[in-house]
Amino acid sequence: MSSFADRSLAQLTVVRFREFLREPEAVFWVFLFPILLAAGLGLAFRNRPAEVLKIAAVSREIVAPLRQEKLLDVQALDATAAETALRAGKVALVAEPGSGGAVVYRYDDTNPEGRTARMLADRALQRAAGRIDPVSSSDRLMSEPGSRYIDFLLPGLLGMNLMGSSIWGLAFGVVDARRKKLLKRLIATPMPRYEYLLSFLLSRLAMLVIEVSTLLGFGVLVFHVPVWGSLAGFMALCVLGSLSFSSLGLLIASRARTIEAVSGITNLVMMPMWILSGVFFSSQRFPDIIQPAIHALPLTALINALRANMLQGASLGQLWPEAAVLGAWLVVGFTLALKLFRWR
Amino acid sequence: MSESTTPAALQVRGLRKAYQDVVAVDGLDLEVRRGECFGLLGPNGAGKTTTIEICEGLTTPDSGDVEVLGMRWSTQAMALRQRLGIQLQDTQLSDKLTVFETVRLFRSFYHQGPAAAEMIDLMQLGEKRSSRVGSLSGGQKQRLALACALVGAPDLLFLDEPTTGLDPQARRQLWDVIDAFRGEGRTILLTTHYMDEAEKLCDRVAIMDHGRQIALGTPRELVASIGGEHLVEFSVGDKGRALDTETLRHIEGVSDVRLDADTGNVRMQVDELHRAVPALLNEINRQGIPLTELRTHSATLEDVFVALTGRHLRDE
Ligand SMILES: Nc1ncnc2c1ncn2[C@@H]1O[C@H](COP(=O)(O)OP(=O)(O)OP(=O)(O)O)[C@@H](O)[C@H]1O
Ligand SMILES: [Mg+2]
Repeated sequence: MSSFADRSLAQLTVVRFREFLREPEAVFWVFLFPILLAAGLGLAFRNRPAEVLKIAAVSREIVAPLRQEKLLDVQALDATAAETALRAGKVALVAEPGSGGAVVYRYDDTNPEGRTARMLADRALQRAAGRIDPVSSSDRLMSEPGSRYIDFLLPGLLGMNLMGSSIWGLAFGVVDARRKKLLKRLIATPMPRYEYLLSFLLSRLAMLVIEVSTLLGFGVLVFHVPVWGSLAGFMALCVLGSLSFSSLGLLIASRARTIEAVSGITNLVMMPMWILSGVFFSSQRFPDIIQPAIHALPLTALINALRANMLQGASLGQLWPEAAVLGAWLVVGFTLALKLFRWR
Repeated sequence: MSESTTPAALQVRGLRKAYQDVVAVDGLDLEVRRGECFGLLGPNGAGKTTTIEICEGLTTPDSGDVEVLGMRWSTQAMALRQRLGIQLQDTQLSDKLTVFETVRLFRSFYHQGPAAAEMIDLMQLGEKRSSRVGSLSGGQKQRLALACALVGAPDLLFLDEPTTGLDPQARRQLWDVIDAFRGEGRTILLTTHYMDEAEKLCDRVAIMDHGRQIALGTPRELVASIGGEHLVEFSVGDKGRALDTETLRHIEGVSDVRLDADTGNVRMQVDELHRAVPALLNEINRQGIPLTELRTHSATLEDVFVALTGRHLRDE
């Protein structure tokens, strides 16, 4: 009994790790699924260049000034052809000459493209006629890293992933062992009981490094998602989050005897957080009255803290309210779980 | 013999444990001597598992006193666990680990004991060393469970139905392994409802029924206690009520006659088969009753149980 690898805590931890890696479904859900999700959503919501709108001009004189506008594709048509094209939706707007040098725009004002085309066309004609805008303006386009949907999404996916793997990892592992009477067999040995529970946390932390670095690495390399905050602070948040979700997992597993029971409770616990905690869209969209409850959820705290770290470079000191929420769940969860825990 | 001077490996007095609606163990006394293999024999629900799990410190009794290797669960649990080897009735070890990984894990809990690989060879699982537990046969799983129980080199080994559900060959293989462990002078308490297992492995046997001990002794003593070494069973069909059993009892060497008047089945315990059977046939003939079946076999612990309770050990 000399080498470190033969100590019971090391053996228990290694066993946890092996059991996880030999479960192909678990490996898929923990490692591959979040990457697929990030890739899919990142592509679907990528920022596209502004579209060019098709319009028709009936009088020759206004074709040239309209063509000054790069975002308009102007066709010169006679009145009936223009009418048909508009009705068929082939053009968003028709510009016709009115009486006394005026211009008439025909379009469907419930169609955003029509409204946009109206503004662009009118601006082009007014400027060509010599209008000078009283306020000078310039554009700065929102496509730099840090403000795109993928930048918002990735911390959300990280938080969701940590929640899922921590809660599942603990709850499923413990209940499966209880169901098989393996827990009872283990406590019939001189194994220190705390080592059994500790081995779950240690293997979780090791897994967390892999989990977080694959998803974050993917985001950084493929989508150039920024991490403005400190990496140490980022890791500390991940560890704290993972521990508080593990304590929830242990609490769920403290009494349950069947896999059905544990999946039921786990889904019941996770579902509200998937919806409310702002994984895919900002949780600010929910009514003010439930905001305090949403902010008390551990997943909200973790995701908000991760976003603040990655996208605004917030330091750990600035994130103490979120850290406090996570810490509270951790302490309350563990205390309750250890009180309720059944070994057989 | 020095038995009376060596302290017992296990001493149980006045043990009682009730669940909501059943009394599982009802005032049980047991003494297992050092170096012996002691069997708890009894039908389903007799209270064997409850008893053994109380001795293993996994269940707390309602009342009674348990002393294991001179220690008590209340004060010396950890020291005790280091010295006990335990196999539970229905543990499933993790399917995803290999045989070696499993034994190595259990080895890591104990201060002393053979190396995992050595234990695996001893259990004749050497070829399966790197196989997943999920792929093992029933007999191999059972030997693996035994390896996990023995890997801490225990002084006292608890086995709860070690061979239930195994085929005859796998059972014999397991008996060999248990026998080898006994050879090292260690103590075993095992439960079983196979009387041949108890006869083969155990120095002494306690027969349990409804949470109580109803007989105690060596298998040989117990068989002898029911009076005859052989059993004769015959049937007279529907003539059961016409049969005069009193005259049968007076045949030389017959010690017990039981008639089930409804089925016409008769069981007799007999000392010397070669004298009793001819006499029996003569007598039946004299009474003019036709015999439909006749069987004889040597008495076993099963017959002891039937003699004591009127029921069979296994209620198939
Ligand atoms: N946890 C429990 N809760 C309620 N009743 C129980 C419990 N454990 C055992 N019993 C009851 O106690 C009685 C004795 O059970 P026990 O398991 O000790 O019997 P056994 O001799 O080991 O039987 P078997 O040969 O079937 O293993 C049974 O009637 C059983 O139903
Ligand atoms: Mg039993």
